[in-house]
Amino acid sequence: MTYTPAEMMTVAAARALDDRDVCFVGIGLPSAACNLARLTHAPRIHLIYESGTLGTRPDVLPLSIGDGQLCETALTTVPVPEIFRYWLQGGRITIGFLGGAQVDRFGNLNSTVIGNYAQPKVRLPGSGGATEIATGAGQIFIVMRHGARSFVERLDFLTTLGHGRTGRERRELGILTKGPTLLVSDLCIMRPDAETSEMVVTSLHPGITRERVRHNTSWDVRFADTVMETEPPSAEELEVLRELHARTARAHGSAGGGE
Amino acid sequence: MVFLTLHDAVAQYVRDGDQVALEGFTHLIPFAAGHEIIRQGRRNLTLIRMTPDLIYDQMIGMGTARKLVFSWGGNPGVGSLHRLRDAVERGWPGPLEIVEHSHAAMANAYEAGAAGMPCAFFRGYRGSDLPSVNHDIRFVTCPFTGEELACIPALRPDVALIHAQRADREGNVLIEGIVGVQKEAALAARSAVVTVEEVVEDFGPRSSNAVILPAWALSAVVVAPNGARPSYAHGYYSRDNAFYIAWDEIARERETFLTWMRENVLR
Repeated sequence: MTYTPAEMMTVAAARALDDRDVCFVGIGLPSAACNLARLTHAPRIHLIYESGTLGTRPDVLPLSIGDGQLCETALTTVPVPEIFRYWLQGGRITIGFLGGAQVDRFGNLNSTVIGNYAQPKVRLPGSGGATEIATGAGQIFIVMRHGARSFVERLDFLTTLGHGRTGRERRELGILTKGPTLLVSDLCIMRPDAETSEMVVTSLHPGITRERVRHNTSWDVRFADTVMETEPPSAEELEVLRELHARTARAHGSAGGGE
Repeated sequence: MVFLTLHDAVAQYVRDGDQVALEGFTHLIPFAAGHEIIRQGRRNLTLIRMTPDLIYDQMIGMGTARKLVFSWGGNPGVGSLHRLRDAVERGWPGPLEIVEHSHAAMANAYEAGAAGMPCAFFRGYRGSDLPSVNHDIRFVTCPFTGEELACIPALRPDVALIHAQRADREGNVLIEGIVGVQKEAALAARSAVVTVEEVVEDFGPRSSNAVILPAWALSAVVVAPNGARPSYAHGYYSRDNAFYIAWDEIARERETFLTWMRENVLR
């Protein structure tokens, strides 16, 4: 079956989740990946959205973080302060799933501004839950489209801590959670180097060359000693993902769903 | 608590220069109340809201705000809030001061306000650049463990406006579904105005743990059917996702935005 780079990205991200995970889900690509995992190999995964819905099982992808279906299909819905205080800060989330406008080699994220903060070229939405998800969740998965303007040498603003500007900041700040352990793009999979915490390419998606990844990454991207080839999406994964997107588009009256 | 018309509630409780919080986390966003504030021409407001959403995009674009306190300023699942961006990037229709937080910080700050505390402590902002651009973000040391914790001022708006499903004849208010930070915002504010879909004789059978704001903790209750559209009211109507998508085009240019506001809000 043929598939798009976006489908490969969502499928690869979904595969990283399992049934034991309690996952704090961001809207868009993370939400698609988490629900694909739930509808395929991880039916018992516990999805939490920052609107307060615990254990939600939406039939379509929500457009917003607080669509009615998230609440209707949830085990329970709690106030927003409780989500951040008891469930996230309390240490009960195993995986935080994030995206952003820019990422750097240490998995730090910018979702605040392009350009200068006081006089921005582009004002982005801001932190939302990300700043505390990054340090409160046991580990962080990042999913983002690859591109030279988004995989940058230097962030315009560090909204959300990855491994810090030196790769050592989590330890120096006394943060005990792991931070970014996985970055999935439409070209490859990256994981942190055990010594330096720099995100290095560990797997290339089928048909993607090292040159293509270098061309789309603004820092001097490194490759692991052994680089695997990502297994292509199975027929089942593609079918479930496409049905999910089709249901979502019908529900929202558009091509919505974060893809 | 008094029952008022929407016009009278805004006239009485929202004054030029006030700190105003219209809360509702995606669900139950008080659009009718925001539109009335625009129609009455309030100016120099400090608008407080975790997710400014379309309602603050409209209020900012119509020149009601001097300052915005927020933690996520996008059109959910769609993209930018173009009027918010125009104000921050190009100062239109006037300069907009921003005080930017994370969600966890805002939620904690409302809770601290409701609890009568001067500030909120939490484990936050570690390693982020946000403290360098928002001087309300400070750090304190826990006297027991030595851990460094983020500390921010409590939110104490002059007035909070929220929307809920229903009130009973006495003006007690029931909120169901995604309850967000509405209870905290209402109790943190000096005055709390609640718009509701309907007034019922009594709430009938309900869970002992239903979220109910007692009438005596509120300033005014206003009957405003459909008062959350294009957001939604759980049990009454769904979120108009198609309109959220359409807003991207409407708000992109100043002229189309102003035309839409004249035709649909100013009337």
